[in-house]
Amino acid sequence: MQNAPVTSTEAHLDRLRGDVAPVNHNARTIAALTGNPGCRRRAVLDAAGVDKKAMSVHIGHPVPFGQSTFAITRGNAFEAQVKANGCAELLTMLRERLGLDIAEVAYNDLEEAGGNGSREVRHALARRMIDGAAAGVEGAGTLFDHPLLGLPIGGRTVYLEPDLIAFQVGAQFHIIEIKSFPVIDGQADGGKVAAAAVQSAVYVLALRRLFEELGHDPQRVSHNVILVCPENFSNRPVATLLDVRRQLTVLKRQLSRLRRVDELLATLDPGLTFDLGVRDGTATRPAGEVVAALGEVEARYSPDCLDMCELSYFCRAEARGTTHALGRTVREELGGIEFVDTALRLAEGRLAPTVELAETAHALRTALRMRTECLS
Amino acid sequence: MDVFPAVMQDFLHGDRPGVVVDSPPGAGKSTLVKRVATHLAGAGEPLAIVAQTNEQVDDLVAGIAAAAPDSQVGRLSRDGYLASARVAGHRNVVVDSKMGNLTGSAVVISTAAKWATVTDGSWPWAIVDEAYQMRSDALLRIAGRFERTLFVGDPGQLDPFSVVETERWAGLSWDPQQSAMAVLLAHNPSIKPHRLEVSWRLPATAAPVVSEAFYPYTPFTSGTGPEDRSLFFRTRAFGKSTVDYSLETAAATGWALHELPRRQTLRTDAEVARACAQLATRLLERSAVAVSEKAPDGAPVTADRIAIGTAHRDQAAAVRAHLPADTGITVDTANRLQGREYDVTIVWHPLSGRRDATAFHLESGRLCVLTSRHRHACVVVARAGIPDLLDAHPSTGRMYLNEAVKFPDGWEANQAVLAHLSEHRVPA
Amino acid sequence: MTALTALARAIAVREERAQPLTTVRHVHIGARPLVFVPLALAGEANAPLAALVGDDRAAPHLLVVPQPRNRAQRFAFAAELGHLVLDYLRSFTHFREDVPINRGREVRQRFSDAPQLIVPNPAGVAFTRLLGRSTRLRRTDGPYAVDPVVPLLGRWLTFLAERAEHPGSSLMVAMTRALSMHWATGQSSTEDANLAALLGWIAPPEGRSPVEAAADAEDADLWPPAGPATDPTFDNEILSPAIARHERDPRHFDGLRKVLNSQLEPTWHLMWRGIDVLGGLSPGASVAERWADDRDSFTNYVTYLAGDNPLPQARRDSATAAARRLSTMERAQNVYDVQRAMDDPLVMAEYRLGGEAFAGTVTYAAPDRIDASSGRRKLRPQILVHTDDPLRLTPGATVSDRSRPKQKAVIVRVSTLDSGGYEVQLELSGGMGNSLVAPPGSVPAVGERLTYSALDAAFRQPDRFPANEETPWTHGGPPQQYVPTNDDAVEDWS
Repeated sequence: MQNAPVTSTEAHLDRLRGDVAPVNHNARTIAALTGNPGCRRRAVLDAAGVDKKAMSVHIGHPVPFGQSTFAITRGNAFEAQVKANGCAELLTMLRERLGLDIAEVAYNDLEEAGGNGSREVRHALARRMIDGAAAGVEGAGTLFDHPLLGLPIGGRTVYLEPDLIAFQVGAQFHIIEIKSFPVIDGQADGGKVAAAAVQSAVYVLALRRLFEELGHDPQRVSHNVILVCPENFSNRPVATLLDVRRQLTVLKRQLSRLRRVDELLATLDPGLTFDLGVRDGTATRPAGEVVAALGEVEARYSPDCLDMCELSYFCRAEARGTTHALGRTVREELGGIEFVDTALRLAEGRLAPTVELAETAHALRTALRMRTECLS
Repeated sequence: MDVFPAVMQDFLHGDRPGVVVDSPPGAGKSTLVKRVATHLAGAGEPLAIVAQTNEQVDDLVAGIAAAAPDSQVGRLSRDGYLASARVAGHRNVVVDSKMGNLTGSAVVISTAAKWATVTDGSWPWAIVDEAYQMRSDALLRIAGRFERTLFVGDPGQLDPFSVVETERWAGLSWDPQQSAMAVLLAHNPSIKPHRLEVSWRLPATAAPVVSEAFYPYTPFTSGTGPEDRSLFFRTRAFGKSTVDYSLETAAATGWALHELPRRQTLRTDAEVARACAQLATRLLERSAVAVSEKAPDGAPVTADRIAIGTAHRDQAAAVRAHLPADTGITVDTANRLQGREYDVTIVWHPLSGRRDATAFHLESGRLCVLTSRHRHACVVVARAGIPDLLDAHPSTGRMYLNEAVKFPDGWEANQAVLAHLSEHRVPA
Repeated sequence: MTALTALARAIAVREERAQPLTTVRHVHIGARPLVFVPLALAGEANAPLAALVGDDRAAPHLLVVPQPRNRAQRFAFAAELGHLVLDYLRSFTHFREDVPINRGREVRQRFSDAPQLIVPNPAGVAFTRLLGRSTRLRRTDGPYAVDPVVPLLGRWLTFLAERAEHPGSSLMVAMTRALSMHWATGQSSTEDANLAALLGWIAPPEGRSPVEAAADAEDADLWPPAGPATDPTFDNEILSPAIARHERDPRHFDGLRKVLNSQLEPTWHLMWRGIDVLGGLSPGASVAERWADDRDSFTNYVTYLAGDNPLPQARRDSATAAARRLSTMERAQNVYDVQRAMDDPLVMAEYRLGGEAFAGTVTYAAPDRIDASSGRRKLRPQILVHTDDPLRLTPGATVSDRSRPKQKAVIVRVSTLDSGGYEVQLELSGGMGNSLVAPPGSVPAVGERLTYSALDAAFRQPDRFPANEETPWTHGGPPQQYVPTNDDAVEDWS
């Protein structure tokens, strides 16, 4: 459920998005907020819940993000295996590998709330069950699969796709994150671990918030997340503790910035909208208008965006000829000059530098002189 | 509270072969090392001391030679080493490049690199100084020579580095690219570090800021109160410039942020370089006087009591180019300022003029070293816009399983320092 | 990234073609490299799916795992690859050369050439490393016996992948890395990771401009990814049905092979084009020396494997092994950096731009200057050099010029010239014989152009480390010696 707009900010965001339901957030999209927090375009579009993927297709710059059926199959199979028989394999491993003293176990799957799958009902169920467990109600459970948690994002509460298990041992609650990338001889891909850590941190934050609402100590939700991955080349799960304190700090700060989205909105033309004019599933608004609307909000493109953002191919095309397109370090080495052509003309002495650029121009001329000298 | 008795008890009689002492900036680490060394030398027990740089070794040699005038102090050096003035002045110091010629010494002091070339002999007692600056592989090469070792160091300093980039050892408890202290503590969780908790260097204006930003889990205080230290100028400024405003702000509050207009610049931003040089020379021109518990009547802040700290060597060179030759003012990078102390420091903020932060520029140890060298005041020079840069910083780094997360995070530490500096801002 | 590289990228944008970053080639390119283009099944831990491999561009071997989740088929793939790779490796063990050691008093031998494995990208190196890890610990007898070539392949792939990390080694090369070391494109390094795009900027296909070729490269239908990851759309729409068809009816094997070959073949051709392009550059002066190190390393490993009970590489380095390896790599990195700068003025220019080196012309020379200040008369010529470089070296720094490696020059004074640039006063020692008169040519003459730098490639004694059994308590104490266990040998590969 998205709450009905009650503030002018929410009304403004709804206007920006147009006559469609907002795109749901999940831990991955929230984690992505930390990927390029300086991008105003992304901040506005995400706050408004605009479907960036549909937009990128409509304006002719689709991103080739896709998931292989093999990867999906493997991920599902691994998760199913770990969770089979009330998470039997998972529990064995937590006892053996992490030396956790888990006596009795009750497994609760909160995915289907007695057949009523609405978000409100599922969230209420998750609240009730976790409240009971936190309060120490007997038989309240140890493992809570698929609890539907909420988190306020940019002024409204969004529900998170519940790809997690909350796990109680002693008075502590841990998030268990199941991922299908392998841990080989104790090592895993640094990028994938980092991504898993931010996503788990989103859940830690949401669970802590729930604890706070329910009057429990939020610190009972541990900053140590239990990451479960296949070990070596097998399907056997292995658990590793992941300290996500850093990720929590970053997330909290970026979420609090998102709360100030109205400052961003105040700079926009009140008539601006990213509505694609979808009629019967087809976008009808001329692509040129959408592109013009995008141009109203500044992007902060860097090539890192290509892996992270559905609009990145559009932003890249837009950045052609600028030093942004060549990457952060190139831009830095060129003294932060906006356009490639400017940098070159300064280097060649064909453009007289302003006072501010005198130093950069001098360095560029020296570099070009050396390059020319070495290549002649 | 004096931790010396507890450290000594643990060192002499503890059940672990190692004792660790963590010390924040200026908390009397050198004094502790001197006391331990004097104690053992007095008892006739052979002691080996390991430091990380020749500069540090010379400091220790001079200090211990003075504190234990009746004991022979051996300085094991490389071939061709010329004893510095502070070492040569002591009659109880023997300098030699061969261990065999130092056998009569109660204490032998050398760098970790030189110790690693010693092929035989073992020592019942050893002190490893600045163990957070030491790389784990350097300790691996020498730890076996010593029966009991006291490790002292400052956890807030810069991590050691390597020119080789590899993920090969990430997460291993003995990763050779980690600091010696990190590795020895990982293998010996039963060692509980002793902690020095009072900084005698940092003034009351700086200790809380540095403690909160860089030592969030191991806080410390300043040993002196707000009344114990002050800084004033013997001359007045005619028609005040922003340089004077910044200096006076720093003199009054211990801090100043000398902020130049926002601009993305080259790393060697000439205006920042000039501002750093001007602040230092103006400080001399204005005949600054520092009053402290050491000099209650005030002592002139001479050139050797002033340092300008930068992140990069080319920035240091750029600052030097704006200073007259032979001013005597120290201009160096954070790496080289580690362990040193001045009355006033001028800091080229590592993030000044940048559009993006990098792990290098965010490293908490770098800013910690730069902002914790001073006894009286610190002036930070920067382009405006750093808060935006920090907010826009993408957190897309890599993360490794079983690798201890280091605190504080550089991003957070930078936010904390900047939040404090914003109260001492002087637009230039 | 440096200012010169950034500038070269900017020029590439304007010129719409790649720009050279070096004047010579810094990797060795063998006469007969083995090209290996592997594909892995998405979602799995290094499950081989297919590969093109071979040392003849006209005749690649296509290896296919029809059901990548099938353990037996994986080992069949490893065995087939093992035979190909081992045959290739053995072909370099026929000829040896003598190497004088101990100042010529003794002689040792090394192979006169060595193998070279070339993969498309760093991910290909990682795949090779993990394939080595998943096969080297296998047993050739007992319940889970594999073809004897499988663990041998594992050891060799592990050896090669480790050399790929060794600075300056060319035994295993990632093509994108080698190309981007020599050329700057008009796109970002992120996009340079795409082999087709990178090579498109450097040597576009017939009839396409570099910019067009780079754009084409993002169309997975025209240019399938260079692996090991496959294109998800290909997986979902083509590969998945083809595997299913083959599962229902093995007669569809050729169809499956054809489908996989279609994904590999474009990259195969790119790899050889890359080899041609790199081969077209003239090698730097030190390339042969580094290749000799590689040949030593190859020779040593052949000898080790031929010895008594050779063990496979451990899962992880022990404390002493890690420290020793880091030390070796750091020494190699230093030598490699210095050699490249000495071999290549464009690399040296980076140091000049950073102020750690300077090039200039001798404006004055006192070749017969004698220093008698210490009592003994010593030949200490002095010269003045005029440079326009942004010098940051200060008096007291010791520098040398490539043409006189044995001669040290100490900077005595640096003066700024009104006309711009600097005048550097240098005092010379060494490389002039023992008399008090400098032999002709040993002291730079007026008008000579020199490049002085503080770079030093002098031989450094290897660091000493304790033996494994003497690992100190600070590093966990002596570890148990690694002996491959039964568990290792029967480890799941599923």
